Amino acid sequence: MRNICFYFQIHLPFLLKRYRFFEIGQDHYYYDDFQTEDRIRNVVEQSYLTANRTISEMIRSSNGKFRCAFTISGLTLEQLEHYAPEVIDSFKELAKTGSVEFLAEPYAHSLSSVFDAEEFERQVKMQADKIEALFGKRPTALFNAELIYSDEIGELVSKMGYKTMMIDEAKHIMGWKSPNYVYSHSYIPKLKLLVRNHKLSDDIAFRFSRMSLTAENYISWISSLPPEEKVINLGMGYEVLGITQPAHTGIFEFMKALPYHAMEQKMDFVLPSEITKKSESAGPLSVPHPMSWVGNDKDLTPWTGNDLQQEALNKLYAVGQRVRMCTDKPLLLDWLILQSTDHFRYMSHKDPHGTHYESAYEAFMNYMNVLADFLERVDAQYPTTIENEELNELLTTINHQEKEIENLENEVKRLKARKTKKEE
Amino acid sequence: MKALMFGWEFPPHILGGLGTASYGLTKGMALQDDMEITFVIPKPHGDEDQSFLKIIGACNVPVVWKENDWNYVNNRIGSMMDPDEYFRLRDGIKYDFRRIYTNDLGCIGFSGRYPDNLIEEISNYEAVASVLAHQLDFDIIHSHDWLTYPAGVFAKQISRKPLVIHVHATDFDRSRGQVNPTVYAIEKRGMDMADHIMTVSNLTRKIVIEKYHQDPRKVTTVHNAVEPLSEIESFHKTPRKDKVVTFLGRITMQKGPEYFVEAAYSVLQKTKDVRFVMAGSGDMMNAMIDLAAKRGIADRFHFTGFLKGRQVHEMLAESDVYIMPSVSEPFGISPLEAMQVGTPSIISKQSGCAEILTHAIKTDYWDIDAMADAIYSIVKNPAMFKSLSKLGLEEVNNIKWQDAGLKVRKIYESVM
Repeated sequence: MRNICFYFQIHLPFLLKRYRFFEIGQDHYYYDDFQTEDRIRNVVEQSYLTANRTISEMIRSSNGKFRCAFTISGLTLEQLEHYAPEVIDSFKELAKTGSVEFLAEPYAHSLSSVFDAEEFERQVKMQADKIEALFGKRPTALFNAELIYSDEIGELVSKMGYKTMMIDEAKHIMGWKSPNYVYSHSYIPKLKLLVRNHKLSDDIAFRFSRMSLTAENYISWISSLPPEEKVINLGMGYEVLGITQPAHTGIFEFMKALPYHAMEQKMDFVLPSEITKKSESAGPLSVPHPMSWVGNDKDLTPWTGNDLQQEALNKLYAVGQRVRMCTDKPLLLDWLILQSTDHFRYMSHKDPHGTHYESAYEAFMNYMNVLADFLERVDAQYPTTIENEELNELLTTINHQEKEIENLENEVKRLKARKTKKEE
Repeated sequence: MKALMFGWEFPPHILGGLGTASYGLTKGMALQDDMEITFVIPKPHGDEDQSFLKIIGACNVPVVWKENDWNYVNNRIGSMMDPDEYFRLRDGIKYDFRRIYTNDLGCIGFSGRYPDNLIEEISNYEAVASVLAHQLDFDIIHSHDWLTYPAGVFAKQISRKPLVIHVHATDFDRSRGQVNPTVYAIEKRGMDMADHIMTVSNLTRKIVIEKYHQDPRKVTTVHNAVEPLSEIESFHKTPRKDKVVTFLGRITMQKGPEYFVEAAYSVLQKTKDVRFVMAGSGDMMNAMIDLAAKRGIADRFHFTGFLKGRQVHEMLAESDVYIMPSVSEPFGISPLEAMQVGTPSIISKQSGCAEILTHAIKTDYWDIDAMADAIYSIVKNPAMFKSLSKLGLEEVNNIKWQDAGLKVRKIYESVM
């Protein structure tokens, strides 16, 4: 029996407002709420709401046979709670059907897996907490931001207790291998890897309207694959349904027809966490250098490829440890938002996908002004002249002082009591 | 193919960007094997580089028949022109130009600059063109800028060869809209009579179409390029404590110097380790000195006066930022020169060169905040400086006159 594993990604950027250098130290609010809300309302109305209705109908009409997974960054969940709570409600409805799984990812949709392992761990945990709080179930599979993966990241993820990770089909990794098997980490066999079928995913995401694709054709392509290729991973941005492929192209009707044709061909829909339980690994995949799901080279260059991006990332992650010692809530939220991959993508000369800036330089200037203010605030919390370790000790002392005092007081009491006893 | 070009300036004796552009373009075109260029200028100095084209000085072309013997002519202008050519050209005098004052050889004296009697010089240049049009062998006429349009038009009428004109600037750029009617009339007639019009940017092309009512099909943009800088290694940045931000050009209304002063003021509110330099001279210089003093930044704002030749490149190389806030700039070659020596450029969106540059910061000329922000970012972020410097240099090295030359060649062929 062949299995189709669908997963959708949702991430919406927090857009920075035009922030000039003379505002550094004066203005600590960095976001263009109007533009952010406008983008969110747009994507919610054209895509998410209809798409959720469609998925719910697919689940109902297939008696729960249709199943799919979602990965929604924590920051985006917050945005949706704020600007479009009806979307959260409709995801909760989907969660109740039991046919939908929510995946873990770094809360801020960040590059922390590459630059700051401790931060990555913290964000994945935050995300899992958030998912559990909203949808009642803790994720066991992880979809890293931008599908970034390497052996090292896999090891981190496995240590956190995750059993499944998604990666993209990249020529330099797969070679002659087919993506339609379950693979495993290069030296940790219990971490299973699901490889996104690049062609079949993009057929829907980018070529659907151009090819006038029908559900029947699409399923017949899958069924014509060699029978031993059991798992077809289809991953894409959720906005494919309704925006990349607008409603008038018939994308929603296409989706609705999928379960029927699939079942006719004796295919199953499965969730990422199920599939890895069911299937054995076909072998390990070795990924020494980080890869992603963007571009032809599928590497990190869209975010880290030029000097500007390197500089911004280095400056940002240099304070990671320090920020984690802070307790100022707004500061901690800004820390997350400033880590989103979008900011660095806009600084790319070659591929600034989704940018609202006129050039990479403008994106960099604006971001660095904001970051300068942010760093000043971090510095104001605890001066940078104190080393992290020293500060940590001081903080521990401060935090423990009450206990310490209590202990000492008890001791004094005890001694006094003993003294009075003796005197008696 | 033989082209007869009318220009006004040619290096090394130049007064503005026109001479530089004429030199670059002809040199780039000369790389085409079958291209023969005859370049006419009012008054050559004899030290022009003639290795790739032939220069004729209008001041050595007889327009009134005077009896002279070979030796006498050789004695007078032999260093500039072959006496045989003088006699051949003399045979081309078909009209009576005795109303014009001529010297002992029947030639007109030209200043070759932009004198007060410029209009008279332009019409004298036309007389010279008539003689050349009768005697020279050429396939196409190419006029550079409005001063030479009448000459080009006359040569076209006589020879019935096609005329293309090259618009390096219009009076709308020079005057911020307050056009001189006489100049406008000369420009308009030149454009009307031309078989094709080349502009140095889309910005200028738009002006030509909208303000001079030209058929868009007749107007093509050929962006300028920049000559590779010789002895590039001899220019370097002296390490210094303060960063240097430079404005370089004529200090006139067109160049927007006041926006630079205001941006400097804004930057200095936030940081003190920057010095601002205004290099050049012009009618707004004193006003700018006053403005800098009024803003209280005179201790960090410096004026150098007019720079020329090597000094220009040295100044650019020593700078950390070059800024050109021009209100209207048909092309603007100096940012490209700054990038050649690795200096990041900030240019106004109202400059033609903004159309072809990616690795430069572009702002509106009036947007002082954006300009100040860009200056601040470049002087404070080494990554920003490095990127702009490195990628800018790569970019500018790929903007070649040879490519512009090929475009011009295509236009020639289309009108023949």
